[in-house]
Order: sequence, then C-alpha cells, then structure tokens
Amino acid sequence: MLNSPGKLIQLGVTLLACAFLLVPTLQSVLAGVTANYFRGVTSGLTLKWVVQVWELYAGSIFLSIWLALACLACTLVIGVPAAYALARNPGRASRMLEEFISLPLAVPGLALALALLQLYGTMHGFRTHWSFILVGHVLYTLPFMVRSVLSVLSSIDLKTLEEGAATLGASPARRFIDIVVPNALPGILAGALTVVTLSIGEFNLTWMLHTPYLKTLPVGLADSYASMRLEVASAYTLVFFVMIVPLLMAMQWASARASRIMQ
Amino acid sequence: MTLSLTKVAKTFPCGTRALLPTDLEIESGEIVSLLGPSGCGKTTLLRIIAGLETADPGATIKFDGEDVTSLSVEKRKIGMVFQSYALFPNMLVRGNVGYGLKMQKLSKPEIDTRVEEVLQLCQLERFAGRPITTLSGGQRQRVALARAFAPRPRVLLLDEPLSALDTSLRNHLRDELATLLRQFDITVIFVTHDQDEAMAIADRVAVMSEGQVAQIGTPEVLYRNPKTPFVARFVGDAMPLGGHIAADQLHIDGGTLALARHADGEEAYVRAEDVLIDPNGPLSAKVETVTFLGTHYRIALSGATDTTLFSLHSGLSAPGIGETVHLSVEPDAIITLPQDKAT
Repeated sequence: MLNSPGKLIQLGVTLLACAFLLVPTLQSVLAGVTANYFRGVTSGLTLKWVVQVWELYAGSIFLSIWLALACLACTLVIGVPAAYALARNPGRASRMLEEFISLPLAVPGLALALALLQLYGTMHGFRTHWSFILVGHVLYTLPFMVRSVLSVLSSIDLKTLEEGAATLGASPARRFIDIVVPNALPGILAGALTVVTLSIGEFNLTWMLHTPYLKTLPVGLADSYASMRLEVASAYTLVFFVMIVPLLMAMQWASARASRIMQ
Repeated sequence: MTLSLTKVAKTFPCGTRALLPTDLEIESGEIVSLLGPSGCGKTTLLRIIAGLETADPGATIKFDGEDVTSLSVEKRKIGMVFQSYALFPNMLVRGNVGYGLKMQKLSKPEIDTRVEEVLQLCQLERFAGRPITTLSGGQRQRVALARAFAPRPRVLLLDEPLSALDTSLRNHLRDELATLLRQFDITVIFVTHDQDEAMAIADRVAVMSEGQVAQIGTPEVLYRNPKTPFVARFVGDAMPLGGHIAADQLHIDGGTLALARHADGEEAYVRAEDVLIDPNGPLSAKVETVTFLGTHYRIALSGATDTTLFSLHSGLSAPGIGETVHLSVEPDAIITLPQDKAT
C-alpha cells in the first residue's frame, strides 16, 4: 500500500498536519502539569496548578455550566416550537424569518454585545445579573437549535403524520407532544449539544457583557492568561479541554445520528 | 352509520373550484368508492368528510342525522387510511394501533384487549412489537387499516389505500382488503383512480369528473349502463365508434351496425371485449398489432372507425398483422349516449 512515492507523500503531509495541530495542544497540556515550565518536564509532574485553578476559578466553571443549562432551556422552549412553526408553514415568509433568526451568527459577538449594552446597560439590576449574559448566549445559540430541529422536521412528512393523529382524536397539543417532539428528537439532541458546547465556549460576546463578579469559563481563561503564571493558565486550558472535548464528541455523535435518521 | 352530504363544495383560496356542490347519501354498512382521474375532486371530498378540509359555506354533513359540519377532525370519530399510511415512526405497531384508543382515554387493559383483537383480525399479531420501519408495504397498509379501525370509528375513510404498493402485490391485497372491510361491517368510503379496485371492493361506485359526481351506482350498472360518455370511457374503457346514427343503424367507415334502439343524434361506444372477430360480421378492418396477454389477444384494428379499434380475442390463434378481418358487435353491446356537453 505504501510502496508508491505518491502514497508516501500523502502520508507525510497528513502526519505533518496532525503534528502541527497536536504538538501545541500537547505542549500546553503538559505545561499545566509541569512543576516548573521553564525548567521543563524534568522538574517533575504535579497537579498543584490544576488544584489552584479550581480554587481560583471554580465559580467560573459553575457559572458557565449554569449558563449553558439555562441557555439550553431557553433555546428548547423558544427554538423547538419556532422550528415546528417554520416546518409547518413553508414559504417565503418562513424563509425570511429563518434568515432573521440566523442574523446574530453574521454579526460579530462584540457588536451584538455592544447593542445589548446600549439597550439595557442602564438597567443596573439586569446589567449586573447573570441573566444579562444569558440573553446574549440565547441570541447567539438559538439559530443552531432552530436549524438543527428544522432540518429533521423538514425531512419527515409532518403534515400527514399530524393529520393521521388528528383523525385518531389527538388535539393539537397532544399531536405536538406525541408526534412532533419524538420524531424531532434526533434534531433536538444534536441542537442541544451544539447549544451547550457553544455556550460554554462563547468568549466574544461574554467578554463584553461580563462583570468582575460574572466570569464564565472562557473569560476566566483570558483572565488567567493575563494575570497568572503560565502553568496556571495551561492548567486552566487543561480543565477547559476536559469539559469541552466530551461535549464536542457527543455533539458529533448526535449530529451524525440525526443526519442518518433523515436519510 | 348513514352519511349524508348536502351541497358540499370546495373552492381553494387561489380560486380553483376543486369540488362543485355535491349531494351524496351513503347507507349504513355500505362500501362506497369515489372513482375518478387525478384532480377530479375525489380526495377533496374525502378530506371534507374527514374534517381535514372545510367545505364552502352552505354545506351540510350529517353522520346518522347528527350535523358534524362544524365539528373538528379529532371530534368526528372517523378512521382514515392515508395514501402514505402516515404511520408514526416513533411507535411500534402496537403503539400505532392503540393510539386512537389512548386518545379516547380508555384504561390500559381495555386498550390492550382491543389492540389484540384488531391485530388478530388483520393478521398482524406477529408484528405487534416491531418498529414500523421493518414492515413491508403490504404490512404497513394493514397496520394503517388496523389503526384506523381500532377506535371503532363511525366511518372508515381510505385514500388510495393500494397505490403505494407494487402492481403484483396490489391485486392480491385488493382482495384481502375487500374481505377485511366486509368483516369490519362498517360504513366505508374509499378513494381510488383504479376502476378494477373500485369494482372489486365497493358496493356502489361514485364516478367523479371535474369536481362533480358524474354517476353513482353499483359496479354492474356503471359498466352496463353508463349515463355519460365520461363514465363509459372511464369505467371499462369504452371506445367511441364515431360515424353517425340514423334511426337504429350506425354507419361507420368499416360498415353498418344494428343498434338495439333508435338513437338519432347520439354517440355510440363499444368495449373491446364486445368487438368479435366473426367471418360473417358486417364490419371489415385491418389488423395493425396483436398483443398476446395470456388469457386473450388484444388486437388493434384500423379502417373500421376513425380511430384505432381494439378487440379482445380469446381464440387459440390470432389473425396475422396486415390481414383484413370481419367484425361483429351485438346490438345490445353498443352503448349509445347523448353527446358530452363538454366536448
């Protein structure tokens, strides 16, 4: 298989690209568990930096998880019925509405945050409350939920399925619960994981909206880079990895599953 | 349940008149078929009866004398089998069949008993625990039927129940469906574009054309006594003979045929099985093509009429292509009808 020079070149390029991506990551992870980075790994491995990160930034971790879950709840409550309404009424108006929902994706998070600050910045109770950041996160993640659910719903003959349920005596609310939601579940799951992952990792918007008492995981990361020693910042990165990688993998799995069902 | 429709019409928002004002009476336990080409309004009529479409103002729909015109679909207590079956992919066969019973808020044991009963009737016991996606087309159709029938609907409505199946399977399932519907002992209305299906299953057939019921009657009456040229052509493929009628004689290119009655100014139609190859026949025609169909030959003939005339010939051998043959048609077999207003 590897006897032709063409194949060898291909393999070489692939390995180089992998190394290009992986080496900095590994170095950063290693820095987080090295006793003294400037002396190298020979100084010994330690978990003390990780513990220190936990002591300093546990609040940020919990705030991020809390925000992600709250954001998920909001996008589910708004996004699933919205996707359903769009799927049931295909047409130009729906298409325009869909684009409108997706608009926050095209606008930089900073600009979005600025707009929120200009509008609500003077409402002090709200400005300094975690729900202010939540609003930003919901704005940013909602299109992902809507799109994900919508693509699954558009692939099934929802109208006839609902008519079938109606002839059997199901009211509109029952049809939504018994037919629409279970059949949209792969899309909802994929959307939910995307929303949680994005919310935990969101930086642009959150950085503009945060207050010193409301630092999320990525904002804390920036803070640690700016003001802590390199080992602590690296350990923080490690913590961030441990939280986000399983989510990313679950998201991949759920999206693959959703697209399989759609076929 | 008796069903009575008065002045039921449907105009779509775009202005298309899908259904002209239609009256229809259906007896309790009767199986009625709505037969017609696509776009004739048959599915619209069925959906209005189901409550999935709203009829234009002025319509009245009565189930056993009870006015259900303004009742929503979920309260009409109808059972419907959709063309695509619309089975719920998120439920097993058992869940699908029991869904209507669950909506009636019956107790769990009651639902289970009824589901078992209906599954048995439809020979689906083996599939009760299977997901819908693992079933064949014919099995899905039976599940759809069982699901519609389980909640004891007042009327069973079927929209092209066989059209999603392969041709080979369709004939077999047609007879099976006819038997099942008789066993159900329920008022049935089913929509089809296939005349064989309508004839095989229905007690009465309503032939529809351009938003109207052209004729309603038993399959025999429609076949032997069509009231309009459309019905004659659509049910049993009657061919126009052309020519002109003087008193009780039909003069066409290939010769003169005797009619059973005086029919001046009318048009004559004949079916392929009534065109007989007969050495002493009064018509002569040239054989164009011969198709062997197993039980008989289908022979295309030219020269007898302005258009191609077909004859179904059940002899052991057929005449050769290019030969001139003589034809006869019994006077009773010629259908004479007033000219179609539309044409």
